Amino acid sequence: MCGTCGCGSEEGGVRILTPGMTNHGHTHSHDHDHSHDHGHHHHHDHDHSHDHDHSHDHGHHHHHDHDHSHDHGHHHDQAGITLAPNKKILEVEQDVLHHNQVMAARNRGYFEALNILPLNLVSSPGSGKTSLLERTLKEMKESLDFYVIEGDQQTVNDANRIAALDVPVIQINTGKGCHLESDMVFEAVKQLQMKPDGVLMIENVGNLVCPSMFDLGEKKRVVIISTTEGEDKPLKYPDMFHTSDICIINKIDLLPYLTFDVGKVKDYALQVNPNLKFFEVSATTGEGMNAWYDWLRTQVKPKKS
Amino acid sequence: MHELSIAMGIVKIAESETRKAGATKVERIELEIGTLAGIEFGALDFVWPVAVRDTVLERAERQVDVIRGQARCMDCDTLFEVAKYYDSCPNCRSNLKAILKGKELRVKALEVV
Repeated sequence: MCGTCGCGSEEGGVRILTPGMTNHGHTHSHDHDHSHDHGHHHHHDHDHSHDHDHSHDHGHHHHHDHDHSHDHGHHHDQAGITLAPNKKILEVEQDVLHHNQVMAARNRGYFEALNILPLNLVSSPGSGKTSLLERTLKEMKESLDFYVIEGDQQTVNDANRIAALDVPVIQINTGKGCHLESDMVFEAVKQLQMKPDGVLMIENVGNLVCPSMFDLGEKKRVVIISTTEGEDKPLKYPDMFHTSDICIINKIDLLPYLTFDVGKVKDYALQVNPNLKFFEVSATTGEGMNAWYDWLRTQVKPKKS
Repeated sequence: MHELSIAMGIVKIAESETRKAGATKVERIELEIGTLAGIEFGALDFVWPVAVRDTVLERAERQVDVIRGQARCMDCDTLFEVAKYYDSCPNCRSNLKAILKGKELRVKALEVV
């Protein structure tokens, strides 16, 4: 599976789309400009990563810098263990998520250089991520410059909702993928052409499990839980709450009709992650949103003068 | 089911290291996976055959060294085993802890021919 755009791969590959596009109409605008002005010094792993969309040859080049695969021959002379002469043990010692982390670091550097605040919004499907985002954009876009990356398995529906607000947006369809990875964000960001001092909202695929493992280069991870869910979700899905910085409790306008105990969900979440900061909001009525906006303002560093 | 991406990440590493060593296939792969790494071992078993098909790992024996979670309490300094992120310190009940072990997700070694 190609993590970049899925071109040429089987159905279910990743696609990067702009609003209004249909899932099949995506122009193959990957010009592969191959700006190899890095003259082949030793940083190959950051350069070539996933530029080979059409060859499915992902094997090569990604991690050139850890060459410590000491091929110590292991001659095991003792009777019994007779390794074939050509058999070698490679001590690889390599993190499986290494590629994702490298690309996340690359994204992070780009965001820092542009003074962009990148947020990774994660939650179960249906917690109101997109509604929260819509309201935030509507009410804050005069004071902050927003950019949005929408992650879903299929459709550009969410990107269309954001585009209707005149906010620059790119849709990533992950196909069969259940989460965004940093190289997908990297490709999407290239198309966004952000100006400095803005906020990048990355709405991850609705899934409380898988996205927790994949750093996208965000500054803060924001997990959203709604009052129609179980209070024990932080305990059931601890990885996500453990890796998040902010927890937004949405749909508080429905509290009178539910048995949801806000205190309890906070207690559970704090058990998993004592550093979580909470906002209680209703994206529908606007209740509690001001505290969230105030926080956003404090996170965006003042413009460079 | 992020285990498929993980398995494919492992394949990628194995393919590249095997090629670099001038070998053609892997006979044994040794993985290190912590219990807090977010990997469902059953799910990894499930996706493994699909992920390794037609790769250097296709016939490789897979050895997984499971690393148990370990943390140090940031309030009272007690060292304790954590099975879940919400396990509190057995000594002072604090939830503030530094995870020392258990998040590993690593290809440790490959035996190639």
